[in-house]
Amino acid sequence: MAKTDLMDFDKALELFEPVLGFEVHVELSTKTKMFSDAPNIFGAEPNTAITPVCLGLPGSLPVVNEQAVRYSISLGLALGCEIAESSRFARKNYFYPDLAKNYQISQYDEPIAFDGSIEVELEDGTLVTVPIERAHMEEDAGKLTHVGGSTGRIQGAEYSLVDYNRAGVPLVEIVTRPIFGAEHRAPELAKAYVSTIRDLVRALGISDARMERGNLRCDANVSLRPRGQERLGIRTETKNVNSLRSVERAVRYEIQRQAAILAKGGTIVQETRHWHEDTGTTSAGRPKSDADDYRYFPEPDLLPVVPSAELIKELRAALPEQPVAMRRRLKADWGFNDQEFRDIVNAGLLTEVLETTQQGAAAFQARKWWMGEILRIANARDVEPSSLVTPHQVSELIALVESGDLTDRLAREVLEGVIAGEGTPEEIVEARGLKVVSDDGALIAAIDEALAAQPDVLDKIRSGKVQAAGAVIGAVMKAMRGQADAARVRELVLERAGA
Amino acid sequence: MNELTRMPASEQARLLADREVSARELTAAHLDRIAAVDEQVHAFLHVNERALEVAESIDARRAAGEAVGELAGVPVAIKDVLCTSDMPTTAASRILEGWVPPYDATVVSRLREAGLVPLGKTNMDEFAMGSSTEHSAYGPTRNPWDLERIPGGSGGGSSAAVAAFEAAIALGSDTGGSIRQPAAVTGTVGMKPTYGGVSRYGAIALASSLDQVGPVSRTVLDSAMLHDIIGGHDPRDSTSLTDQWPSFTEAARAGARAEAFKGLRVGVVKQLSGGEGFQAGVTQRFEAALTAMSDAGAEIVEVDAPNFEYAIAAYYLILPAEASSNLAKFDSVRFGLRVTPEGGGTVEDVMSATRAAGFGDEVKRRVILGTYALSAGYYDAYYGSAQKVRTLIQRDFDAAFRQADVLVSPSAPTTAFKLGERVDDPLAMYLNDLTTIPANLAGVPGIALPIGLAPEDGLPVGIQFMAPQRADARLYEVGAALESLLEQAWGHTLISQAPDLSLGEMLAATEGAV
Repeated sequence: MAKTDLMDFDKALELFEPVLGFEVHVELSTKTKMFSDAPNIFGAEPNTAITPVCLGLPGSLPVVNEQAVRYSISLGLALGCEIAESSRFARKNYFYPDLAKNYQISQYDEPIAFDGSIEVELEDGTLVTVPIERAHMEEDAGKLTHVGGSTGRIQGAEYSLVDYNRAGVPLVEIVTRPIFGAEHRAPELAKAYVSTIRDLVRALGISDARMERGNLRCDANVSLRPRGQERLGIRTETKNVNSLRSVERAVRYEIQRQAAILAKGGTIVQETRHWHEDTGTTSAGRPKSDADDYRYFPEPDLLPVVPSAELIKELRAALPEQPVAMRRRLKADWGFNDQEFRDIVNAGLLTEVLETTQQGAAAFQARKWWMGEILRIANARDVEPSSLVTPHQVSELIALVESGDLTDRLAREVLEGVIAGEGTPEEIVEARGLKVVSDDGALIAAIDEALAAQPDVLDKIRSGKVQAAGAVIGAVMKAMRGQADAARVRELVLERAGA
Repeated sequence: MNELTRMPASEQARLLADREVSARELTAAHLDRIAAVDEQVHAFLHVNERALEVAESIDARRAAGEAVGELAGVPVAIKDVLCTSDMPTTAASRILEGWVPPYDATVVSRLREAGLVPLGKTNMDEFAMGSSTEHSAYGPTRNPWDLERIPGGSGGGSSAAVAAFEAAIALGSDTGGSIRQPAAVTGTVGMKPTYGGVSRYGAIALASSLDQVGPVSRTVLDSAMLHDIIGGHDPRDSTSLTDQWPSFTEAARAGARAEAFKGLRVGVVKQLSGGEGFQAGVTQRFEAALTAMSDAGAEIVEVDAPNFEYAIAAYYLILPAEASSNLAKFDSVRFGLRVTPEGGGTVEDVMSATRAAGFGDEVKRRVILGTYALSAGYYDAYYGSAQKVRTLIQRDFDAAFRQADVLVSPSAPTTAFKLGERVDDPLAMYLNDLTTIPANLAGVPGIALPIGLAPEDGLPVGIQFMAPQRADARLYEVGAALESLLEQAWGHTLISQAPDLSLGEMLAATEGAV
C-alpha cells in the first residue's frame, strides 16, 4: 500500500479550517438489557447472557427498560438538552450477522433528548462550548470474531463467530452539531470532549465508561474547508476510536491526511474510516453517503416513551455537578496546584483519582499512585491505566501502606500482583507473604545479628556518626528480604545505641 | 364419528366436570377423528404425540381434587404461527422447517395453565400471508364443506379443524381477516379481539401493528370461553392493554338468554355490504340476518365510512412494510433453514440463498413490496400516506359508532372459492379481505359467525360484527344472540349440516372392497 501523504499540521491549519463532529456511544450500566430481561454483563461466556429477545427469535418482542430511559433522561438533562414530551423508537433496517433481528431498534426522528450543549475545558483552562444536536436511545449489536485471516478483519477470514451477549445492551448515542473554531486545538478539543463525556456519565453513575471495554465509543467526524469558504467540506467518519489518546491522534491524522489531498486538488471521499492503534493511521472503510437507506420506520412493537413532568423534575434535581465545575471544586478540595491538577486531567485519570479518594484514600496518595507507578506500567504496555486496576484496588493498596503493613516498595510488588489478576491487595499480601515485619522482636533479633557482624557501628553512632546506622539498616532489610519498615529499623538501631 | 367430537367445548367441559368422560377419552376421540379425516382435510401440520399424556395428567389432577380451569381437559388446536416449546413451529414456511422454539407463546402458556390439551399445530398460509392456505409450504388445507374448495386463510387449518370436528376450539391469528374470513367460509365462529387484548408474545409476527391472536370455534360461547383464558395483560408485549376485562363467557351466556337486540342500533357499513364482488347468496343471507335482528327489535341503520374505500390499499402498504422488517430475521444465522450456495460464499451469499430457497413466492412478493414502500424517497408517498389513511379510517369508525352500537357486514364477499382459482391472481385474493381489513387498521374487535348457506352453492355465509375498541364483550353478547335466534329459526346448528367426512371415507373404503 502506498504511503499516505500527510501535510504538516501547522501548514494544514494555515490553509484549512477543521470542522469536527462526534458521535459518542455510551453503554448504560443497567442490570438488564435495553429490551429484554437478559443480564447486562461484561465478560461472560459467549452466548450465555441472552434470551429469545436478544437472539431475535421468531415471536419474541421487545419491552423498554425503564432504568435505561431514566438514565437517558438524566444524561440528556446533564447535556442541557430538551427532553421530548414524547419520543419513539424506530427500526433501522440492515442485514448484518451481529444484528439478531437484522434491524436495530433505535430512535430516528423523535429522539428522547435534543438541543443541548456542554462546556469542555482545554488543557490551559480555556472553555469551549460544544453544541449537542441530540441524544437518543438504542440497542447495541452482538460481537463478531473473525477467525482465520491475518488481520482479524472480515476480509480474508475463514469463518466468523458471533457472541450475542452484547446484543441489546442499552446505548445512548450523543451526537454533536458541527464544531467550528477549534483551529489548531482541534485534536486537543476532541480528546477533551470525549473525556468530559466520560467524566459526566461516570458522575451520573449511568455507565462504567471504560473505553477499553467499549463502554464508551467515539466516532470522530472531520472535515476541512479552505480558509474563507462558507460551505462545509466533505467529511470522513473515523469509527470506534477507543481511547482518549487515540481520539486526539485520529483527529490530528485526518486533518493532516485530508489537507494533503485537498492541497493537491484532490477530493475527499465521504466514507467511514478505521483507526489503527498500532500505526496511528486511518484506512478507508465503506463509502458512506447521506442517502444510506436504512428504511427507518416507527417500531410498531413499542409504544412512545412519554416521561412525566414529575420524573423529569426528579431526575433534574438529582443531577451531579457539570464536569467543569466539578474540576474546579476538586482542585480546591485536593489542594493541588494548576500543574498537578492539569496533569491528572490530561492523563485522563481524574475519575480514577476521584473514585480512589471516595474509597477513603488521601488525594495526594491517589494522585501519586495513578500518576506514578500505574501510569508508568500502562505506558510501558501501551494500555489505558484504568484497564489495569480499579480505584477500589488502589485505595486498598494505599490503606495497606498507610497502616504500615506495606512499604512503598512492597506495595509496588503487590500492585504487580493485582495487575496480574492474582486477587485483591490483601489476598496478594497473604499469598506472597509480603507483609512488613512489624514485630519489633524479630527486627531486634536481626539488628543484633547485624551488629555482631559490625561491632564498631554502635560506637560510631554514639560518637555522632549517625549515618553509620545505614550499614546495619541495609543488612537488616536484606535479612528481612525487604519486608521491614526501614524507618522503624533505623529507630530501633538508634535506640540500641542509646543515641 | 364419536358424538364427543361433535359437541361444543362448553359441553365437553361440562361432561369432564361431571366426570362423565375423562380428558383422555375426549382427547383420544379427537385424535381418532384426526386420524380418520385429516388426510383429506390437512388441517394439521403436526399432531401432538404427547396429547394423551397431557390429558391423563389433567385427569389425575381432577381425580386428586385439584381445582382446574373450566376448560381443563378440553383439546385445542393451535395455529402454527404460535410458538410451542414441545412442537415444531414453522408458520407453514420451509425456512422454519422442524424448528422447535425454546419457549411458549404467552397464549400457549395460558392454555397449558388452564389445563387445555394441545392437539397439534394447524396449517396456514406461509407467515399468515394469504386468504386460502394455498400459500402453505406444506400443501393446502381443504374445506370440510367441499374438499375442492379453500378453507379460507391464513388460518384455514384452525377453521377447517374445527369445522371437521377434529377440535372444538382452536387458536388463530388475524392480521387482516385471518380468523374471520376462514370462519366465514367454513361455517364456524372466529373472533379478532381488540388490538392489545391478547398477547402477541410468541406469535410469529406478520405485521406487528395489525396482528392479533384470537379464538376459533363452532359456537360463540366457546370462543368467549377461550378468549377469557388467553386474554389480558402480558408484560412481555408492550402493546398489550392493561385493562381489566369483563368475563366474555358471561357476555355470551347473557346474549343467548336475553333479548339482546331490543333497542340495539345495528349499523350496516355501506362500503362493506354489497356492490361489486359480493356474491348474490352472500348478500341474500346477510339481508335475511338483518331482517331477523330487526324482527327481534334491533334498529338497523346505514352508516357511511367513506375512507374504507382506501383500506385495502393502505393495508397492502402497511402490512408488507412491517413484514419486510419482521421477516428480516430469517437469515440462517441463528435458527431455521441454511442453504449454502454452490462452492460456499460470504455470509450475505448464504443469507440470500437461504431466503431464496426458504420463502415462498407470496412472501417474497410482500417483502419486495414492503422494502420498496419504506425506501428513502418513497416512504412519504407510500408508508406515510397509508398511515394517514389509517387515521382517517379510525375516524370513520369513531363517527360510525356514534350512530350504531355495533357495525355489521358480511364476513367475506364470497363463499369458499375453488382451490387454485385465485392463487395466480394476488389482487383477486387480496380483495377477499375487503370486509375484514378495516377492523385491523383501527384496532377494533370483530367477530364472524355463520348465518346460513348461500342458495347457489350451498356453502356457508358469515356475518361480521364490529364494536368499538375494548367492547369485545358486546360482540360476544350480540353474536350469541344472533346465533341463538338463527338456530331457533332453523331448528339446528349450521355446522351440523356439514358433510361427515369419515362417513364418506368409510363409503369409499366399502366401495373399494366390493
